[in-house]
Amino acid sequence: MSLATQTEAGLTGNFRVTRSRRNVVWTGGGALIVVVVLAFFPYIVYSGTTAILVQGFIVLTLASMWNLLAGYAGLVSVGQQAFVGLGAYFVLILALHGFSPFAALPVAAIGCGVAALPLWWLVSRLRSGYFAIATWVLAATVMLIIEKFTSIGGGSGMPLPGFTGMNPTLLTAYTYWAGLIVTVLALAGIYLLLRGRLGLVLTAVRDDEVAARSSGSRVGLARLLVFVVAGIGCGAAGAVLAISQLQVQPSAVFSIQWTAEMAFATIIGGLGTIEGPIIGTVVYMVLQQTLQSYNAWYLIILGLVAMAVALFARRGLWGLIDERLNIRLFPVGYWLRSGQGDGPDS
Amino acid sequence: MAWVNAIIQGILTGGLYALFACGLSLMFGVMKVVNLAHGDLAVIAGYIAIGVITVTHVPVLWSVVIVVPVMAVLGYVLQRTLIQSSLDRGVLTTLIVTFGLSVVIENGLLQFFTANSRGIGAEMTLVTGSFKIGSQIEIAYLLLLIFAVAVAVLLGLQYFLSRSKYGRLIRAVADDKEAAQLAGADYRHVFGIAAGVAFGTVALGGIAFGMYSNLDPTTGTDTILLFAFAAVVIGGLGSLWGTLLGGVVLGVAQQIGAQINISDELLAGYIVFLVVLVLRPQGLISRRAQP
Repeated sequence: MSLATQTEAGLTGNFRVTRSRRNVVWTGGGALIVVVVLAFFPYIVYSGTTAILVQGFIVLTLASMWNLLAGYAGLVSVGQQAFVGLGAYFVLILALHGFSPFAALPVAAIGCGVAALPLWWLVSRLRSGYFAIATWVLAATVMLIIEKFTSIGGGSGMPLPGFTGMNPTLLTAYTYWAGLIVTVLALAGIYLLLRGRLGLVLTAVRDDEVAARSSGSRVGLARLLVFVVAGIGCGAAGAVLAISQLQVQPSAVFSIQWTAEMAFATIIGGLGTIEGPIIGTVVYMVLQQTLQSYNAWYLIILGLVAMAVALFARRGLWGLIDERLNIRLFPVGYWLRSGQGDGPDS
Repeated sequence: MAWVNAIIQGILTGGLYALFACGLSLMFGVMKVVNLAHGDLAVIAGYIAIGVITVTHVPVLWSVVIVVPVMAVLGYVLQRTLIQSSLDRGVLTTLIVTFGLSVVIENGLLQFFTANSRGIGAEMTLVTGSFKIGSQIEIAYLLLLIFAVAVAVLLGLQYFLSRSKYGRLIRAVADDKEAAQLAGADYRHVFGIAAGVAFGTVALGGIAFGMYSNLDPTTGTDTILLFAFAAVVIGGLGSLWGTLLGGVVLGVAQQIGAQINISDELLAGYIVFLVVLVLRPQGLISRRAQP
């Protein structure tokens, strides 16, 4: 890209192509400060607060993955709970074989990425609505298969071993850090992926699939890559879930509620921007914490808000912020800058 | 004989699954809408039927006369408002809105009517009664009735779509809604009519399942929607009789699975679904290629 940028700049003189409208160093630095402050939380806040934040990390990771699927690759998966469940079960299986659940976490995430390959093969020919329900059926099938193994708890699940004798304060802190690391890696990974070639292909497909295919974009490969990455991310979130709950129960980890939460958080925050899921997760956590004594109401309200946003404010809350303040914390597109003013290029 | 019985029971439950599936298939065929709230709407119909029976004390089957028109009107209204405005904004919005609707309905039912499961007309001889063929095969009156209703609904739909004035309009709009609009058909109204018809079948499916088994807030997704979808894919898109075949194949697979191991009923059905998806993605009967 740098060659093209130089050539264009050389040709026109007073234009240049940049990735952002403001200096990305500031937002990068800001993000780093936020992460460092968050990393110190176990030393300064109560363990109840870190437990709530772990929930937030799980939802944020899931929402970012769903955003990558639906917002960038146009794959509306309603079966991502398959990977949440598999991630949790991979941790359980490794823990039963004597591994530390924390050491099992990355293995579980990779395992989910591998599991995504055959699952993709099954559903890849379907589009839009049929893809959505087919992934849902797949998740149900994966759960039914897992439930057949009585050695990992069958239909009722079992507690996660491997923490006996561990200081509970330390365990809470480790769980929190694991959640934080997974979330940071997920966000950074998605950001880098979208800035690279994959982001370019996905943008081309979003604008015109036929044109993208005919100009040589390997669309199928790009979608496969997105599905695998989302599998890894959702699996890692599932692994964190297993560690934070200290038990794995099939109906809980394979619940459609996970997909509902990740989808609603993404839509409310803003589909197709990296910032959207972050804002959406904050909204989700606030609603969930304030309404937690009213059972399912938070999910009803979240669903209604998501429907309203999808109909009337399609770019979500972040879209509203972006319209007014003209900022992009994680720029993945290209912008053409001139002497007079800024304007979008893509 | 146990196997023959399993196959017969499977064929009969296939009628129930075809009843679930035809509304989903019709909505997709005409509006290109995949309604993720399909099953939850069937559960709503079942709950309305329970309410109607409890309040008015009408005989159980008479509740159909009330619930089907109510759901048809709901279908028309939902199509003209929520579904149409999401259709105007694209496929992604339609999926998000119907998925949102599904989650809202399911949790709303959970909130207002608890997680308890309810049946419809559990004390009727129609629901509990059966007759025997030989010593091993026992056929429930209810399943036979549901199968007959499913066949009647499919015949009725076929007649409606191929012969009636609205059927012709629906087919015209499904083929090319702009051209139909130019020829004077208001496609939004026609979409509403099609949704009304689809919701009528959804109501029948919900009531039938309430009588055959029990309804609870999660039945809509983990049973009705997924079975309906599996039946549609197995049978083939765009074919009404394909949904019956798909339902029967799914039902037989489940019953044979249950025969092998009682806990394998659902899994066997889904595995057959996945095999068809891989080997014959256009379905067993197909008129058009998979979209």
